Amino acid sequence: MKVLTLNFLTCAARSCKQSSDSFPLHPKEAELASDDVELNPQLLSNLLPRLDWNALRTTSTELGFPALPEQPPTLEELESDEKTLKDLHSLLMETNLMEGKLVCGHCGHEYAVKEGIANFLLPSHLV
Amino acid sequence: MASSTHTPSALPSDSATQDVAKLAAAAEAQQAAESVESAEAEAYERTHVHGVYEAIAPHFSATRYKPWPAVASFLSSQNPGAVGFDVGCGNGKYLGVNPSLFMVGSDRSESLVALAEKRGRQLLQEGKRNVDQDRTNPAGGEGTGGAAVGIATEVVVADGLSLPFRERSADFVICVAVVHHMSTRSRRQEAIRQLLRCVKLGGNDHADGGGQVLVYVWALEQGSSRRGWEEGGEQDLLVPWVLKSGQKKPKAEKMPQDAPSKGGEAETATPAADPVFKRYYHLYRKGELEEDILAAGGVVVTSGYEKDNWWVVATNEPPSSSSRPR
Repeated sequence: MKVLTLNFLTCAARSCKQSSDSFPLHPKEAELASDDVELNPQLLSNLLPRLDWNALRTTSTELGFPALPEQPPTLEELESDEKTLKDLHSLLMETNLMEGKLVCGHCGHEYAVKEGIANFLLPSHLV
Repeated sequence: MASSTHTPSALPSDSATQDVAKLAAAAEAQQAAESVESAEAEAYERTHVHGVYEAIAPHFSATRYKPWPAVASFLSSQNPGAVGFDVGCGNGKYLGVNPSLFMVGSDRSESLVALAEKRGRQLLQEGKRNVDQDRTNPAGGEGTGGAAVGIATEVVVADGLSLPFRERSADFVICVAVVHHMSTRSRRQEAIRQLLRCVKLGGNDHADGGGQVLVYVWALEQGSSRRGWEEGGEQDLLVPWVLKSGQKKPKAEKMPQDAPSKGGEAETATPAADPVFKRYYHLYRKGELEEDILAAGGVVVTSGYEKDNWWVVATNEPPSSSSRPR
């Protein structure tokens, strides 16, 4: 599962939907793998405004990567600065969470990630 | 104080306070009944939907690779870079249809999600090979141009009634052949409500109508099909799936080019040894999907019928309809 995907996932429990603590989910015991993905600058700049940048900063730090700047790059920066583009590509598109857990900061539930697939089926008491 | 004899209550009683107490008790009982009903519906779907898909996943997947035209055209109409969710993605056949999009699929079946992931990885490898061939052969041919590969593997296991997607984060959602597996009307409407919650709301100040949700369900009116279902017929059915023993290894066999709905649907004579699984379906009658969209707080943008299926494209109600001309 790509780091990009994590930016769109939150706790599945209904009682957590209203809590800001349920997003982003926190990786735990994470095993990462890197995919070789063709750089697609157009897709990245199209995706940029759709990201929750603060959540991405949190995820990036929690996965042990260098801290991202407080503000997302502007589209101009992304077009002109190749390093920014490549770093973002590498983080969002090429970095995969393969094994571990995703923990909700509100209810504490841990969702298992196995072979790159997260399982969000809830135990009956959380449904 | 008004006497209780003047209130048209179904509960005969001596005083208004008793009425209130009884009403409260009745409400509680109804709530309990609903909760039991919901637990029963869940258990029923576990047996007649989830369990079946787990059992037939590889065979099912091998018969599902051709996108429905209405779904494919919805996907190709999305803006480049749009983010979309495919709820009930099955083997993930829609995830790579438009490579300029970023899509995440979810399905209740762990087996189907695992197949979708594998399928995405294969597409990625094939795409890379094509790109490499293009590079070594300047004459080119058609090629995928490199941009056509990359993201077809993003899938999670999730229940349609407890989705893990960040609310209002998607530009669009598709939900194809899923809602008809929910066994009560309130669950079907709740499933649609969950889909609507995933997409962005429209703005007040511009023509943006917000994110769109495409829902696609089996129709009751299937006049042209051999199933013989038509208007006025029974809407809640158990539909058999014959797991053909000769097709247990779908990888090894190429399925014939066939319309998406036909493959393996218990239509041909089969040896007695082939196990039969029955899936629950609610067949939608004309207009019913629109009713469910409205009940879920949605607005119908367009709708149609395509080969034994009803489909609707819906959005959320605009934040303030009076200030919007449309």
